Formats: sequence, C-alpha cells, structure tokens
Amino acid sequence: MAAGKIDPMEQFMVEPVLGRRIEIGGFDLSFTNSALFMIVVFVLLALFVSGGLKRQLIPGRWQVAVEGAVSFIDNMVLTSIGPEGKKFAPYLFSLFFFILFANLVGVMPIAILPGLHTFAVTSHITVTAVLAFLSFGIVLAVGFWRHGFHFFSLFVPHGAPGWLMPVIIPVEFVSFMVRPFSLGLRLFVAMTAGHILLEVFGSFVVQGLQAASPLGSFVSLLSFIMIIGVSALELLVCAIQAYVFALLTSLYLNDAVHLH
Amino acid sequence: MTDLGAMYIGAGLAAIGIGLAALGVGNVFGSFLEGALRNPGAADGQQGRLFIGFAASELLGLIAFVVAILILFVVK
Repeated sequence: MAAGKIDPMEQFMVEPVLGRRIEIGGFDLSFTNSALFMIVVFVLLALFVSGGLKRQLIPGRWQVAVEGAVSFIDNMVLTSIGPEGKKFAPYLFSLFFFILFANLVGVMPIAILPGLHTFAVTSHITVTAVLAFLSFGIVLAVGFWRHGFHFFSLFVPHGAPGWLMPVIIPVEFVSFMVRPFSLGLRLFVAMTAGHILLEVFGSFVVQGLQAASPLGSFVSLLSFIMIIGVSALELLVCAIQAYVFALLTSLYLNDAVHLH
Repeated sequence: MTDLGAMYIGAGLAAIGIGLAALGVGNVFGSFLEGALRNPGAADGQQGRLFIGFAASELLGLIAFVVAILILFVVK
C-alpha cells in the first residue's frame, strides 16, 4: 500500500527551480517554482494585453477580446463604485487578470509531459494574503485620504438607535477587520481544495490500475470520468474566484469612497 | 479509541460543514434563478449581488474545509 500511496499535498511544495538555494544575509532568496510561475503569469498577461493595443478602427479578434476584458472590469467598477471609481479600474483589472491567469495556469495539464508540472501560485496563502492586504491597504489609504477621521463613521450604520451603538460598533469593526483575511482565505482555500480533489481522484485512477483486477479497472474508469467533470468545475471555480476577489475589492473600495 | 482515530473522526465531523455550505450555495443560486425567471429583465443587474451572496456562503464551507485540513495535517 505504501508504495502506491500518493501524497495530495506534495504538489504545493515550494522548491528552488534550479535545485540550489540562494541564501543572502540569513534569508532564503532562492528562485522558486512559485516565483517562476508568477513570471509565467505576468508574461502571459503582458502578451494578452499587448496583443490588443493596436487601436485599429476595425478591431481584430484579439483587440475585441482585450477591449471586452477592459469594459467588463469598467462595468464592474461603474456599477459597484460609480463614476468616482474610474481611477481604481487599472488596479482591479490587474488584480482580476493576475488571479484569473494564475488560477488557469495552475490547472493546465502540462504534467502529461514528463518532468514538468504546473504550480498554482494562488494556492498559497502567502500570495493571496499579500493580494488581500494590498486591497485592504488601498481601502484604508483611500478612506483616510478622502474622509480623514470621518472614515470611522463607517462603523456607525445609518438609522441604528443610539442604545444599540455599544453592540453594533464592535461588530462592524470586527467585520471590517476580518475582510482581508476572508478575502485571502477564500481564494487560497478554493484553489487548494480543487487541486487536492483532482490529485485524490488522480491517485484513485493510478491505484485502481495498479490493483490489476476488474473492480480496480472499473473504479479507475469511474474516477477518470469524475476527473473530467471536476476539471470543468475547476475552470468555473477559477473564473468565479477571480471575479469574487475583484468584486469584493471594488465593494470595499466603494465603502471607502462613499462611506455607506 | 486511539488519538489517530479520534483525529480522523474530528476531521470528518468538520467536513460536515462543507455539505451545509453546499445547501447555502444552492439556496443562493436557486433563489436567484427563481427571481430571474419571474423578471428576466432585472436579472443581469443583480449578478454582482448574486456573487456576493455566493462568496459569503461559500466562505463558511471553505473555513470548514480549513478546519478539517488543520486537524488532519497540523494537529499532532
């Protein structure tokens, strides 16, 4: 049993790409597979956007795709923040497409080529938490910049009776401070769970074939069909999680801009 | 009962929350669809709220998953 056991957590291992660690001043600054795949995502994103910057009067297919992407984010910003939110559109565009591309690159099945396997950048809470804290930092900066200390009135809902204030202000404060954690945790867990699920069904396929019995082959076949379905679901989850991250960021920015 | 057995039972109990979150997510999309079929014209404008509701109810299931994973891999 131990020989055929496949560890579903092994795929999340962050390791140096070139096989050696670089330590500078006691810090491990190796070029890891996580960094490599962030660069891959950046290059793909740069290629995607730069293909649509020709500004032709009659746009080609690529330009239509990029313009559609830009207007999708613009619409999201316009509906959730309003006209003042226009200046946040570049940040939300970068956020949405970085997460979307990172998620999609993470589920690409290039592991069928021997020696290669993708690494889902967003399946690490270090990465998603940095993105979430960046969003939260922008919310705080915009809120204090625009409203000064009046920003704290965010914790006082309109129309709530005065005697409720000792209860409602702490609750609002906690729900505000929990935002970056829930934002980062959601993306990280959704991606991690999906990858573990795929790996577990993949190990069922391998172990079923290793059993070399009719029942084993049957289980293997069923698991393989399941993998096809779960992969399709994963593609959906990739897009939904990227959308939810960008949408919630824009809602939090709306709070900072308009104070309820 | 050994500690390992208790750990696995605990992880399984934590995983129940994921199923409950599935009910919540289904409720969000079901109610949206119910409303959208009655008034298809207003449906597109509510998609943002649909995903906010989805995100809020999904998060609780994901936290249940995190608890199960923590019990399995972190608690020794």
